[in-house]
Amino acid sequence: MKLDSKVPDGPLAEKWDKHKFDMKVVNPKNKRKFTIIVVGTGLAGGAAAATLGELGYKVKNFCIQDSPRRAHSIAAQGGINAAKNYQNDGDSIWRLFHDTIKGGDYRGREANTYRLAQVSNAIIDQAVAQGVPFAREYGGEFANRSFGGALVSRTFYARGQTGQQLLLGAYSALMRQVNTGRVEMFPRREMVELVIIDGKARGIITRNLITGELERHLGDAVVLGTGGYGMAYYLSTNAINSNATAIWRAHKRGAAFANPCYVQIHPTCIPRSGDYQSKLTLMSESLRNDGRVWVPKKKGDKRHPNDIPEEERDYYLERKYPTFGNMVPRDVASRNAKMVCDEGRGVGDTGLAVYLDFAQAIKDFGRKTIEERYGNLFDMYKEITDEDGYEQPMRIYPAVHYTMGGLWVDYNLMSTIPGLHVIGEANFSDHGANRLGASALMQGLSDGYFVLPATIGDYLGREKLEKVTTDHEAFAEAENAARERIEKLLSIKGNKTPKQFHKELGEILWNYVGMARNEKGLKTALEKIPKLREEFWQNVKVPGTADSLNKHLEFAGRIADYLELAELMATDALHRTESCGGHFREESQTEEGEALRKDDEFTYVAAWEFKELGKWELHKEPLIFENVTLTQRSYK
Amino acid sequence: MEKKTLNIKLKVWRQENKDAKGSFKDYEVKDVNPDMSFLEMLDELNEELILKDEIPIEFDNDCREGICGMCGMVINGTAHGPKSGSTTCEIRMRHFKDGDTILMEPWRAKPFPVLKDLVVDKSAFDRIMAAGGYTSVRTGGVPEARTFLVPHEKAEEAMDMAACIGCGACVAACPNASASLFVGAKVSQFALLPQGRPEAARRVEAMVAQMDEEGFGACSNHGECEAVCPKEISIKAIARMRREYLAASIK
Ligand SMILES: Cc1cc2nc3c(=O)[nH]c(=O)nc-3n(C[C@H](O)[C@H](O)[C@H](O)COP(=O)(O)OP(=O)(O)OC[C@H]3O[C@@H](n4cnc5c(N)ncnc54)[C@H](O)[C@@H]3O)c2cc1C
Ligand code: FES
Repeated sequence: MKLDSKVPDGPLAEKWDKHKFDMKVVNPKNKRKFTIIVVGTGLAGGAAAATLGELGYKVKNFCIQDSPRRAHSIAAQGGINAAKNYQNDGDSIWRLFHDTIKGGDYRGREANTYRLAQVSNAIIDQAVAQGVPFAREYGGEFANRSFGGALVSRTFYARGQTGQQLLLGAYSALMRQVNTGRVEMFPRREMVELVIIDGKARGIITRNLITGELERHLGDAVVLGTGGYGMAYYLSTNAINSNATAIWRAHKRGAAFANPCYVQIHPTCIPRSGDYQSKLTLMSESLRNDGRVWVPKKKGDKRHPNDIPEEERDYYLERKYPTFGNMVPRDVASRNAKMVCDEGRGVGDTGLAVYLDFAQAIKDFGRKTIEERYGNLFDMYKEITDEDGYEQPMRIYPAVHYTMGGLWVDYNLMSTIPGLHVIGEANFSDHGANRLGASALMQGLSDGYFVLPATIGDYLGREKLEKVTTDHEAFAEAENAARERIEKLLSIKGNKTPKQFHKELGEILWNYVGMARNEKGLKTALEKIPKLREEFWQNVKVPGTADSLNKHLEFAGRIADYLELAELMATDALHRTESCGGHFREESQTEEGEALRKDDEFTYVAAWEFKELGKWELHKEPLIFENVTLTQRSYK
Repeated sequence: MEKKTLNIKLKVWRQENKDAKGSFKDYEVKDVNPDMSFLEMLDELNEELILKDEIPIEFDNDCREGICGMCGMVINGTAHGPKSGSTTCEIRMRHFKDGDTILMEPWRAKPFPVLKDLVVDKSAFDRIMAAGGYTSVRTGGVPEARTFLVPHEKAEEAMDMAACIGCGACVAACPNASASLFVGAKVSQFALLPQGRPEAARRVEAMVAQMDEEGFGACSNHGECEAVCPKEISIKAIARMRREYLAASIK
């Protein structure tokens, strides 16, 4: 396997335009002869399928939910970044690029990140034309807010439902193409295998989630926009059906997996309350615009927060980072929350929480303004915790949220399998070791609307593809593999439910491959994970049959994949002995406890090639920085 | 502080597949923590059922935070259950009392056939959207965002309408199984924004025609839809849809 990033030559700011010119363009008349399989209908997949259909390709689009509109992107709350500089506060493409590269702790690819910043403005134009009701000021101009890791207000939002509105925009564009017949929708389908013919991605096997039927789909290229793998941790802010199955099964057929250990743990989530908990609820980071984070100065202070006087409170983010204060990037905020809780100063019943306090903001701006800004979040908090965030500080704790790692892709968003393209959270490409808030929506839509539709044409224009049908032996082999896996799962009839295994795996990952990692812990994880996997394949109890709607069978298949992926996450985390962004190795920190990179050793993307279960070969893509200087990140 | 746990009885609609005949089945769930979500309570029951070699109850859900619109069942006769302005997944067990019996049924409406247990097919909504729920713009070929200035109030009003999550509770609650609130909300969102105006007439006609074709009933102003809507979308949406429809047919 050779990694070729295919980054075009030339000055950073000109690369994308030059590349667009150099790429092959498919003759419009020929486009309809190509079939493109797009898996996923989130911001990335939905935008890509809609745009490809509009360009004239035949598109087959798949999702797990009953409707493309329900992809997990729908849950994004806070906003989307763009370098419009409408606030005239000094923003620019260059600044957005620079903030994103720095926020990612210099572990991202310069050219990709720059392109992302460049495309960001067109995304806002697109969404507005689709009728996305972004927040406005009284005169009709756009309202913007700021997010962690930035000193400018460049985040566009639609109340606390930005992801929903952007996804509905993409979904309506998609449904328009469904209406023209150019896009064929396949909801309630799960991709369970990738089909490779003559070394190229040519199709997928899906399971019809209602009838259980395994179906063969042939195409000229395959696009995965299947989201992140945060669900490996069991508890996360992700939706219940989020999964790693599509990317994992592609990985096992040859797609390199990049930086699997880069996981983002979001600082502002509602703490866990009991064993029954099925997910953790995020409260938008925008809350940190007005909320102040604190814990008592004294250990084990059990007083009601409102009874703790000002001078006995430690606003630790404001104290340690006077410039950014409560607006430090997520990794920094999360790690600091863990630190104060480890010191015994955590609050709430479990001691695993810190306060997010709006008393000051309510005093300054009035309750009505705060209600207008965050009303739905306060309501949600109340419903979940039975506590009133207007009357007393909220309790928050970090939770697994986003995965920066994913399938390795080149500048064209193509994986190491020719023809297999990967977009959105499923790839590794734009955020380095930590993603800034409001940048995932930007990336998903950039990939889906603007980048992939251009680069895939170049691939189709260049490649000569063999004429085949779904009777090809590669389809039969892939379908058999899927069938055997399902039959095996159902035949074990052991004593533990899939969920019990998932919870156990989640605990291992959270404890050893979580917010702070060390050699000993990672080695422990690497002992425990294969053992748990072995037990799973001997003792899992999957109910029901293969030929019907069977949610627990779906879960079991996904958990089987996490049990393999988790080992790679720990392997990657162990090999990277530096700290960077969301990957904090306790052995590598500054005297002040900040993440300490080792640029001489680790300025590369770790791309893992699957060899056999539990065995990978590491390939390195060196990261070359020609336009920014690597510095120790400082948010002081 | 330990919270007092609940013992709950359930009567759940079980139906093997689309063509099978369904019936209610009784279950009991013990020691339910009141902070648990309704769906977590069902998760716990399903775990027990699996270990007892019974078939778990199927119900749709995904985000579990009231935004994806995938969940939904009729709880004690009310779509999405006892708390107004909430989806099924947002309901917490503290809204029930120890010893309560909870009746759980799927959405019941002809255009939403039951697929299994509490899972229904809501794809009719997608077809209505495909008929006209969009602005016909091309990727990339659009004007700069500030070309459209939208005053704060208008943007907020459009957002109130755009907040629809497509869960189908409005249809389930309506005695006529009308989809008017769903369609009205989409039509209104676009009608309120300058970007949506050029196609307003064509859109409302196409969406209403598709709604009729799917077999949704007519709206006779019961207002049940508004009462169960988890996003509290006002029936003003329906009035606006009618106005738009009338304007379109006069042209
Ligand atoms: C609670 C929350 C809040 C967030 N808030 C923000 C925010 O304010 N700003 C921001 O920038 N980012 C935010 N994010 C992150 C952002 O929402 C996601 O990273 C982004 O939406 C991912 O988009 P996607 O298109 O890559 O994947 P997704 O939206 O996850 O879509 C995945 C799609 O793939 C399909 N799929 C998956 N597996 C398969 C399979 N095996 N077979 C068939 N189909 C499959 C799914 O059905 C779905 O359609 C938030 C995330 C969460 C969890
Ligand atoms: S599960 Fe998404 S709204 Fe209930």
